[in-house]
Amino acid sequence: MGKVLELDRVYKAYKFGFIPKKKQVLKGISFYVNEGEIFGYLGPNGAGKTTTIKSILNLIFPDAGRITIFGEDSLKPRAREKVGFLPENPYFYDYLTGREFLAFYADLLGIHGRQKEEKIKYFLNLVGMEKAADLQLRKYSRGMLQRVGLAQALLNDPALVILDEPMGGLDPIGRKEFRDIIVNLKKEGKTVFLSSHILQDIEMICDRVAIILAGEIVNQGYLGDLISEKVLYTEVIVAGLPASEFSHLGESVSTSGNRVLLKVYEEEHIDRIIRLVQEKNGKIISLIPRTETLEDIFVDLVKNQ
Amino acid sequence: MKVSTIASNTFKEAKRDRVLYLLLFFAILCFLLSRFLGLLTVGDRVKIIKDVGLASISLFGMLMAILMGTGLVYKEIDKKTIFTLLAKPIHRWEFLLGKYLGLVLTIFIMTVLMSVIFLVVLFLHTFTIEWNILLAILYIFFELCLMTAVALVFSTFTTPILASLYSLAFYLIGHLSWSLELLIKKVKSGGGRAILKVLYVILPDLENFNFKTEVVHQLPIPTKLLGISFAYGLVYTAFLLLLAILIFRRRDFI
Repeated sequence: MGKVLELDRVYKAYKFGFIPKKKQVLKGISFYVNEGEIFGYLGPNGAGKTTTIKSILNLIFPDAGRITIFGEDSLKPRAREKVGFLPENPYFYDYLTGREFLAFYADLLGIHGRQKEEKIKYFLNLVGMEKAADLQLRKYSRGMLQRVGLAQALLNDPALVILDEPMGGLDPIGRKEFRDIIVNLKKEGKTVFLSSHILQDIEMICDRVAIILAGEIVNQGYLGDLISEKVLYTEVIVAGLPASEFSHLGESVSTSGNRVLLKVYEEEHIDRIIRLVQEKNGKIISLIPRTETLEDIFVDLVKNQ
Repeated sequence: MKVSTIASNTFKEAKRDRVLYLLLFFAILCFLLSRFLGLLTVGDRVKIIKDVGLASISLFGMLMAILMGTGLVYKEIDKKTIFTLLAKPIHRWEFLLGKYLGLVLTIFIMTVLMSVIFLVVLFLHTFTIEWNILLAILYIFFELCLMTAVALVFSTFTTPILASLYSLAFYLIGHLSWSLELLIKKVKSGGGRAILKVLYVILPDLENFNFKTEVVHQLPIPTKLLGISFAYGLVYTAFLLLLAILIFRRRDFI
């Protein structure tokens, strides 16, 4: 498996204000993306995710470091020939209709004639926008812009698709559809670079992740290696008994009506709770073991920072 | 090909701008007004119509070039439409050149529109067509191409308001710099004169494109002068475009 994208110690500082004040945004970012994988780039707002992506796409110039796309220096336009990009909150020429918009990008990419018509039709269909194709973009909702933006990113049949917060602004159904499209891209053999702070999405579809905090990569690797299968605690919901009955067995998190939610850390306490509930004629509503999630790792990292 | 795609999209965008039609409306108003001004003048009415008409084409064309040109690149950055555009395999100079040519096309069409209306107004008065007027308009168009490049240069690094002010200053300096030539003749040789000479070379001389007086007063225009003015416009515009590309090449889009 070859490396599709590689960043080697990339630094970037922005200067702000009349008397320029330097702010270091990227502090030596290094990671790589393998061919054919979905790579998740995680980080809180302002961590440097979008700056990294802009550096990859040559929209900003890193102060130091090297970025290669398919082995080609990212500074050359040729490196972006096989790249598709969907920016965060995509902004497009709002006086164009969806169809004209895609036609404009097709022209830019040198796709003409029948091939252009077919591609536009195919991608409008793929992102579920064929009905709104002849509407001006200014009349689109954010989710619709996101969809037509994805179509634009896929027009040149890219081998690497870079998506910056693609699921933001989408409703739950839209998010699922986007996830399906992304997984399908992987099936077609494309590599997907996905930046997000919506951890569930990343956890569901990504193969590998890198976590960026305040301009530094703090953790990266295969999702399976990062997340342990160990049970952290068990969530037990009990009905018909007061929380005080369990105070020595687990932490009562919340009560609602006659139900109590308990967090139980030790396994032998679970058996004792079950026995206690049976003795006192209560009822166990649910019992769910919680393993570590990406969110736990993420929250831990942010706290330690 | 990429340049022409961007140019045609710029044209599509520019022709939606209401400022364009407002300026066109005022230009037409000036043409019509020139006939009334002619009535108030002692002497040759046709001269007034020609003078006001040509000056209107020049002034409103310049305002179109500046007001639209200064927003050209800034709007793309401000609205973030540039992100998806430059993420495609295109060179930044292709983007800039496309934007420039798109606007030049818009200005060209507007100049043609203004000229047709002006010539109709003039024809209704004189019932003859003077080809020299077309020559004067052509050189006004060359000047507008140069002014569009000026606006583009400023638009690559500053906001539309500041860029408009700078471009306007450039225009004024360009039309007044010929007086430096007079000053040089009056100043005694020495340091001061040398500085004035350097200034005269550096500062633009937009009067090179002004053949209004010759046309209005039906004076002969030497071919050599036309050639020099054309070459001057070409070289100056190329220099400005190159400058814009150089500034734009290393710009970060935050």
